[in-house]
Amino acid sequence: MPREDFIAVDKFSFFYGEKQALHDIDMAIPQQEVTALIGPSGCGKSTLLRNMNRMNDLIEGVRHRGDIRLNGKSLYDPRIEVISLRKRVGMVFQKYNPFAKTVYENVIFSLRVAGRNKKKELDEVVERSLRSAALWDEVKDRLHDSAFGLSGGQQQRLCIARAIANQPEILLMDEPCAALDPTATLKIESLIRDLKSQFTIVIVTHNMEQASRCSDRTAFLYMGRLVEYGPTKQLFENPSEEDTEAYISGRFS
Amino acid sequence: MAKPPKAFATTGRSRKGEPLVWLTALGLTLGVLMTLWLLGLVVYKGCQTFWPDRLQVFEVKTDSGTEKVAGYEVLDRDRRDGDGNLHHEVQLFRGNVELYGEKFVFLDSSSIVSREQADDLLLVERLAGGNVIGRAKAIELADGSRMGPEDPSFEDELEALIEVNEDRRDELRDVEKFQIGKNSKRIKELELKKRLIADGKVGGSIPEIDAELEKLQAEYEELFAEKVKIEELMKARHLYIEAVDGREIVISGESLLHVLRPNEVGFFGRLGEMLRRIWNFLTMDPREANTEGGVYPAIFGTVIMTIVMSLFVTPFGVIAAIYLREYAKQGPFVRAVRISVNNLAGVPSIVFGVFGLAFFIYFVGGVVDGVFFPNAEEPVYKSGGILWASLTLALLTVPVVIVATEEALAAVPRGVREAALACGASKWQAIQRVVLPASLPGILTGVILAMARGAGEVAPLMLVGVVKSAPDLPIDVTAPFIHPERQFMHLGFHIYDLGFQSPDSEAAKPMVFATTLLLITIVVVMNLAAIIIRNRLRKKYATSSF
Repeated sequence: MPREDFIAVDKFSFFYGEKQALHDIDMAIPQQEVTALIGPSGCGKSTLLRNMNRMNDLIEGVRHRGDIRLNGKSLYDPRIEVISLRKRVGMVFQKYNPFAKTVYENVIFSLRVAGRNKKKELDEVVERSLRSAALWDEVKDRLHDSAFGLSGGQQQRLCIARAIANQPEILLMDEPCAALDPTATLKIESLIRDLKSQFTIVIVTHNMEQASRCSDRTAFLYMGRLVEYGPTKQLFENPSEEDTEAYISGRFS
Repeated sequence: MAKPPKAFATTGRSRKGEPLVWLTALGLTLGVLMTLWLLGLVVYKGCQTFWPDRLQVFEVKTDSGTEKVAGYEVLDRDRRDGDGNLHHEVQLFRGNVELYGEKFVFLDSSSIVSREQADDLLLVERLAGGNVIGRAKAIELADGSRMGPEDPSFEDELEALIEVNEDRRDELRDVEKFQIGKNSKRIKELELKKRLIADGKVGGSIPEIDAELEKLQAEYEELFAEKVKIEELMKARHLYIEAVDGREIVISGESLLHVLRPNEVGFFGRLGEMLRRIWNFLTMDPREANTEGGVYPAIFGTVIMTIVMSLFVTPFGVIAAIYLREYAKQGPFVRAVRISVNNLAGVPSIVFGVFGLAFFIYFVGGVVDGVFFPNAEEPVYKSGGILWASLTLALLTVPVVIVATEEALAAVPRGVREAALACGASKWQAIQRVVLPASLPGILTGVILAMARGAGEVAPLMLVGVVKSAPDLPIDVTAPFIHPERQFMHLGFHIYDLGFQSPDSEAAKPMVFATTLLLITIVVVMNLAAIIIRNRLRKKYATSSF
């Protein structure tokens, strides 16, 4: 039975130095669904996403208040190791960023750093991940060529394969199609719909059509506050807040 | 009436800023021209050193009639004497030091009566005393009789003599360097042990050692006798040369190296001779206070020192840069460290030499000697050596590597690091597996620059282990094969020594150019090798940032 509050954001505030980026966010993200975060630039949607695998720890002078729980366990528990958290929460970035390695080595990177080096296991993971990322048929003959030989869309799907190789529970996507052309975007979107049976997906997007096409729930953030959160269909067709309606009808961005 | 369209400004000489563009172009042109001129000079003069010139016989007026002198022209110039009169004169290499005292002579053009090329002139290369120019007179055969050049087998006999002496020279080297060397080393060790036993520092029996010493002494005498025998065999035969003025020069077989008839051989013969000379230059030990022979030990020393230096400087610089860029908390302190590192690159190199002498040789070397060689009569590590020289140069070049590595690390896109961390890598794993490979080409650029700087550095080396003549290479066939404490020769120092410390600077001049050319070539070859490696890596780890 999928859990309704798989990721529970609880009165979460976040500060870059003195600047507050998130104000008391409360939301519950259900398991095995696609949740989209939308909102104008600087509204805090990426900040919220990057807190779900504590990527923001890398920035100096940040602090937070409140909590984010993953399957009931706090991410900010001082006893948990960030590395083990990131193994459970995969991430795909805005600009595709494969490593300067072969396609094969890119996919199994997370296994390598975890010290898993058995050839048979690695081969299986590569095939499974690439199939899941709908890339296997395109690259199965060039697994040992540099990843930079692939097209932009292929490279982004390779990054998705890399993020799911370790079988995380959650997949975070930070505007995964921002750097891609429309054809590649459609491929990624259909991939997102396929992947939701295996993973809980949180996706940040600028593109409202994309949010309505591939997400089950949508959250609208504005000025660091969660304005409205609900089923995608409802939020787009019948928003209850004025700001939401203004944003989705394009009156401000 | 419609106004005529306004004309565009056409290209004129007065466009704003244009003169400044010319100025920058001028700067570049001057730089390129000077570099090309320098390189051209070095290449031309360096190659000229090896090209066998035709020999000429000059008839020169003297106070008492005329005199003949043979040689090849080195220089042709106009000179103003003390009274302001212009003289045209040629400089001649005439060799035959035992007759003339000087290898070179200036002849005033007005005193030259005639000059001609004589086909039968010989250029004889010998081990000591420099080249001899003259006509073959006779060769001494094994039975003591003489054979003149008119004999049909004269050439063969001469060649056979040179060849047999070459073999004997090898034999002699083996006896002298390895067998006698080994023997005397053992004797030294035993004598030291004997002294220690007498002082009561170690146990052992003196009579036993005495017996062995006696045996070794006998062996030494045997070896010495063998050496003398070989030398006498070599000295037994002679080549007699008649200089163009009729005087005779006797060349002992021991000294005879090579005979050439530069006026008879054709273009390919001369080319072959040039290649032979280049080969000898590259493979032989220097002779005659470095003005003759080859520079092999200096090549060896330069290359080994540069490689050892790179082995030290690369890990040291890269590790320092990784900490500085990736781990250290950026702040005033790190900024101060960074500025200091950059300034280190501007410190005069001789200062590094002094530091190397004080720290590496006197302090570290002193400690090593005290711990490992407490009984050695002479300092082992507490004196200049190739290890200390390499370390000193590593220190000198480490800023170059640090700066290049830091820049390369900074150029790795942030997204790549984040991706690695998001895959569950620790910070070190991300650096090791993703960031370092991506910045490897940039790091190698730094190493290449460091190598180029280190290979050409001379001043600090003079304090930490370079010598004008090192009998033994730092790597050889005597145990323990690698001798990091040994002094060594270096091409840069060799140039300085030849050009400015040589007793006969005129004779050394061609060698200076040849050695300079060689040093430049070696630096270029080492850099090319590093560049090829870098390009391969760049292909392998291609990222958008390079």
